Amino acid sequence: MNIRTQISMVFHLDKCIGCHTCSIACKNLWTDRKGAEYMWWNNVETKPGTGYPTKWEEQSEYKGGWEIKGDMLKPKMNGRWNRLLNIFSSPPLPTIDDYYEPWTYRYEDLFNAPEGDDQPTARPISLITGESINIEAGPNWDDDLSGSTIYARNDPNLENLTELEREQLNELERLVFFYIPRMCNHCLNPACVATCPSGAIYKRGEDGIVLIDQKKCRGWRMCVSGCPYKKSYYNWNTGKSEKCILCFPRLETGQVPACMHSCVGRIRYLGVMLYDADKIENSAKVSDNKLVDTQLDMILDPFDEKVITAAKTQGIHDEVIISAQNSPTYKFVKQWKVALPLHPEFRTLPMLFYVPPLSPIIAKMEGGKFDVVNADSTAQTDHLRLFHSLTDSRVPIKYLASLFSAGDTSKIDHIYKKLIAVRLCMRSITVGDVAQDDLKKTFEMGNTNAEEAVMIYRLTSLPSIDERFVIPPMYREEAIESFENVYDYKSSAGFGFVQKAERRL
Amino acid sequence: MTNSFLFIAFPYLSVTIAVIFTVYRFTADRYSYSSYSSQFLENKELFWGSVPWHYGIIIILLLHIFAIIIPGAYRWLLAGSRIELFESIGLGLAFLSFVGLIILAVRRLSDSKVTAVSFATDWLLLFLFLFQVGSGIYIALTYRWGSLWYLNTIVPWIWSLFSFTPDSSYVVILPMIVKLHILNAFFLIAILPFTRLVHIISAPIPYLWRPYQIARWYK
Repeated sequence: MNIRTQISMVFHLDKCIGCHTCSIACKNLWTDRKGAEYMWWNNVETKPGTGYPTKWEEQSEYKGGWEIKGDMLKPKMNGRWNRLLNIFSSPPLPTIDDYYEPWTYRYEDLFNAPEGDDQPTARPISLITGESINIEAGPNWDDDLSGSTIYARNDPNLENLTELEREQLNELERLVFFYIPRMCNHCLNPACVATCPSGAIYKRGEDGIVLIDQKKCRGWRMCVSGCPYKKSYYNWNTGKSEKCILCFPRLETGQVPACMHSCVGRIRYLGVMLYDADKIENSAKVSDNKLVDTQLDMILDPFDEKVITAAKTQGIHDEVIISAQNSPTYKFVKQWKVALPLHPEFRTLPMLFYVPPLSPIIAKMEGGKFDVVNADSTAQTDHLRLFHSLTDSRVPIKYLASLFSAGDTSKIDHIYKKLIAVRLCMRSITVGDVAQDDLKKTFEMGNTNAEEAVMIYRLTSLPSIDERFVIPPMYREEAIESFENVYDYKSSAGFGFVQKAERRL
Repeated sequence: MTNSFLFIAFPYLSVTIAVIFTVYRFTADRYSYSSYSSQFLENKELFWGSVPWHYGIIIILLLHIFAIIIPGAYRWLLAGSRIELFESIGLGLAFLSFVGLIILAVRRLSDSKVTAVSFATDWLLLFLFLFQVGSGIYIALTYRWGSLWYLNTIVPWIWSLFSFTPDSSYVVILPMIVKLHILNAFFLIAILPFTRLVHIISAPIPYLWRPYQIARWYK
């Protein structure tokens, strides 16, 4: 057992209102610079939709992630020789047009235009060339555009759906969509790290944050293609790649990452998990339908005495173990099993998990009513019919399975049943109109009990900021102090980047 | 006097500048080491320019160096009728890189996004390389067989420089265009640390054997 700690995240999609506050918080902090304008380390996508960059999930085109070749786990971009031989012009690299060309407006025209019969306008100009452009794409260009023939209907996840299910999704005046906020997953088996020819990308041993060493990056841009989530970005101004840093300067000082702190819907949870690093390769090498299970197997129980002793002997601080025990992500992911990773079939073992969106439940309209209760007449009581409505759910289960469980609908089914059980349990407590018999069956079907349901409800609806974000103490300064004499730097000019981050020669 | 400056002092000077400033840039401003790829802004023309250019020039450059390092093997390679095959391949590669260069130059001139990220040194490099490859092709076509007399003139001259017994008499007899080819080559070496050419030095060969996953610890 090689125990490591990993900061992980859970996004509760039922609570996401698609306000993009997270994206803006991130942009203001990190990517409001020349060359990074087009980057959204954190972005929110409407699903169904093509996303950002366009059709990023289409790995037959972008070649991101891993695949099994023979009995080897290899990056989908092919082996090492192939990478170096293609370095002069890497075929699967997305270009700026797959994101959008950043622009501003020529505002000074509003003040300087000569007097005339028409109002002066501020023409859009490209932030790259300075020339005027026609804006054809932009941030959140397909926001809320479910049903659109250009965006929603080209969603790669619709591939496995039947005609009827697609129809259900796009039914006129009953279009359905939900939001999915995306950021770097800080994977356990990151493909960006594996495909970087310079070896500039690394995982921090202590917390699992994946970073790009800007001084080691040589701009070979393979990580952009290698990351199946397209969360590594090439800065066209500096000639370096950049990605989400999980606000590590904030985390190290006990602050919550900006995107999470600003989340209006409070959908985000952050906590540390212990995992067995020896299992990484084998966990990523199993068949598609087992990927989620093997990944959960890697995550260790922080209450298990054996795990605690092993962690301590391997130098993990007591307080980190305590924060792993309090971690909200451990509860959602491993204890309650209601959160799943995004596209596990990319085999990067992402450590950002999503609680799939539950509502609105019913899809088909009968007699002009969308009554959940009428969904299935074979169920004995109204409340139990909720469970049977899953096959008719407005967002087809297959669609969610394509996103979160590599096509395995049973995983989504289990989560749905548990979440419905939580609702019914809370209804029985607050309204009191659920028959005891129904409640019992509810818990059976949801594979849960009253105690767990109340805990899920509490952490979903009423958590305080300290319950949502359990930041492990990082002891970075202490660690550095024990190996370096920090007083050597006293009264010197500081550390880090002395030069400006731009191209000079 | 001019000859001893151009063919003795200048090569030493250019290599010295290259070494000192490459090391200086690497230690003082490692951040600036990048290939400064513009593929992200334009990738269709780049493919037809960059791939032929790099494959052509890398093989030709390696053959130039190969003749210097192992003259014996190189001489064997050229023996008999093999020289015609050898020169044809060389010329083909030269044309390949020349065409690639022209495509790259046209691309840089015509695509406004690529123009926007172009530095003066990028234009300078394009110009110098066009001259270098162009003059090389001209020499190959007019002074047969270049690969053979290269071995008997320039290679011993380089060796004389290496062994610090510089003897410019090997090269002063060569035609003007060959001299220009040599001088341009050393000029390119001299400006290497001041341009994007530094990406040659950081060619990621260790990628072939490093483990896929990298973790860094504080300690």
